[in-house]
Amino acid sequence: MTTDSQPIIKVENLQKAFGDLKVLQGIDIEIQKGEVVVVIGPSGSGKSTFLRTLNLLEMPTGGKIIVDGVDITDKSANVNLHRQKMGMVFQQFNLFPHMTVLKNMTIAPMKLLKKSKAEAEAKAMELLEKVGLADRADAYPSQLSGGQKQRVAIVRALCMEPEVMLFDEPTSALDPEMVGEVLEVMKQLARDNMTMVVVTHEMGFAKEVGSRVVFIDEGVIMEENNPAEFFENPKSERLQSFLAKVL
Amino acid sequence: MTEWFEKFKADFVLNFLDDDHWMWLLEGLGQTLLITFFAVLLGIAIGVVIAIIRSTFDKNRETLKARNRFTYGLLAFFNAICNIYLTVIRGTPVVVQLMIMYFVIFASSTNGTMVAVLAFGINSGAYVAEIFRSGIMAIDKGQFEAGRSLGFNYIQTMIYIVVPQMFKVVLPTLCNEFIVLLKETSIAGYVGIEDLTKAGDLIRGRTFSAFMPLIAVAIIYLAIVMLFTWLVGKLERRLRNSDH
Ligand SMILES: Nc1ncnc2c1ncn2[C@@H]1O[C@H](COP(=O)(O)OP(=O)(O)OP(=O)(O)O)[C@@H](O)[C@H]1O
Ligand SMILES: [Mg+2]
Repeated sequence: MTTDSQPIIKVENLQKAFGDLKVLQGIDIEIQKGEVVVVIGPSGSGKSTFLRTLNLLEMPTGGKIIVDGVDITDKSANVNLHRQKMGMVFQQFNLFPHMTVLKNMTIAPMKLLKKSKAEAEAKAMELLEKVGLADRADAYPSQLSGGQKQRVAIVRALCMEPEVMLFDEPTSALDPEMVGEVLEVMKQLARDNMTMVVVTHEMGFAKEVGSRVVFIDEGVIMEENNPAEFFENPKSERLQSFLAKVL
Repeated sequence: MTEWFEKFKADFVLNFLDDDHWMWLLEGLGQTLLITFFAVLLGIAIGVVIAIIRSTFDKNRETLKARNRFTYGLLAFFNAICNIYLTVIRGTPVVVQLMIMYFVIFASSTNGTMVAVLAFGINSGAYVAEIFRSGIMAIDKGQFEAGRSLGFNYIQTMIYIVVPQMFKVVLPTLCNEFIVLLKETSIAGYVGIEDLTKAGDLIRGRTFSAFMPLIAVAIIYLAIVMLFTWLVGKLERRLRNSDH
């Protein structure tokens, strides 16, 4: 336990401002290996911004993000190497439309991890098999349904063998009947002990899969707890009224 | 009527068949196509580089200023050079650029064609750069972020993800640039290159009959332009109907 006690991500007083607009106003959180942290909160509260600072798609304007003991906000940190360790899944999938599913999944491992084509494709096919899309390997993204696109986006990120997976509202752009298939993949990932940070409106997912639920409001973590306590006994008034609205 | 036809026939023979004048036109056309083709390639090469430098600077200005002052300074310097190039090239007539290139910069060169390729390519690059830049701007920001989040650096993201999609967006416009350039090369005669236009003019000087050779030259340009316009239209429809 002693070696594992160091959190995989440690965020200290994280701040992000866009000009005068202070979006993150001091976020502190520690995430352990294998944890599934579900982030919820009102629109515009800074959930996406928080997630995006974790892999430096947004540069923090203050505070520290320590990953595997290295402060990635430090100027000397290798941002690209850090991002390889953090897979990200977007609301809008962001598959590369000019590449087949297989190419989407193999280009980064081949160029960045220097894997051979055969090696990268074997890994990609194995993952596609897992999410039931092996027969779509040669399709282009435009030929897939929303749910299929998002499943491909998830396994594309997994091809880089990341230590952490970040999800920003992965099911919000989907037709309702496709939400389930994507959540199922995420649940499987959680069972495989992937460390995950998930921004979502799917409270069912939070309850069932989350190791911890975090409520972000006005750029700070207003409250956090295990899912049972979080939903049964919300402490702050803000969270109570938020839950009353969404549940 | 027959009289008119006889005269037409005589004119035709005089201008095109005597002394193999039609060969002059053919060779001129070859020269025109050669210059246009390589100038377009050069223009594309210059255009891609400039578009990448300028959009890189625009997109990363803030981050670089905060994190890496040296790269920021270097990029700002190249960006400034690009801006000067764009301003000068787009602010002066191409015929002047061609003459400066031929009589000043390459005064000692005897290879007129190469000088013309350089002059027209450098000129075209300024316009192509702007075509590419708007193409890069048209690519969804999410594509860029997806590339970066996989761990690609900025340049790799550009090369593997943004630029291939950008080419698809700008391909029709790029073909139009070829058409523009094809017509623009008709001034190559100013520096002694025997392109299509010059060939027509040489025939006119020989035969003292202007109508036939010049109309023939016009028809040849028109035919190529129409052929290309038709191809571009086909291409546009193809691209619109495919999402990849
Ligand atoms: N690049 C940006 N430039 C300026 N303001 C931004 C930028 N990105 C986000 N913001 C602002 O920051 C605030 C927080 O945005 P963020 O996207 O993090 O919210 P969110 O909690 O994810 O909301 P939602 O649930 O709607 O996705 C918003 O007011 C938004 O307008
Ligand atoms: Mg958001």
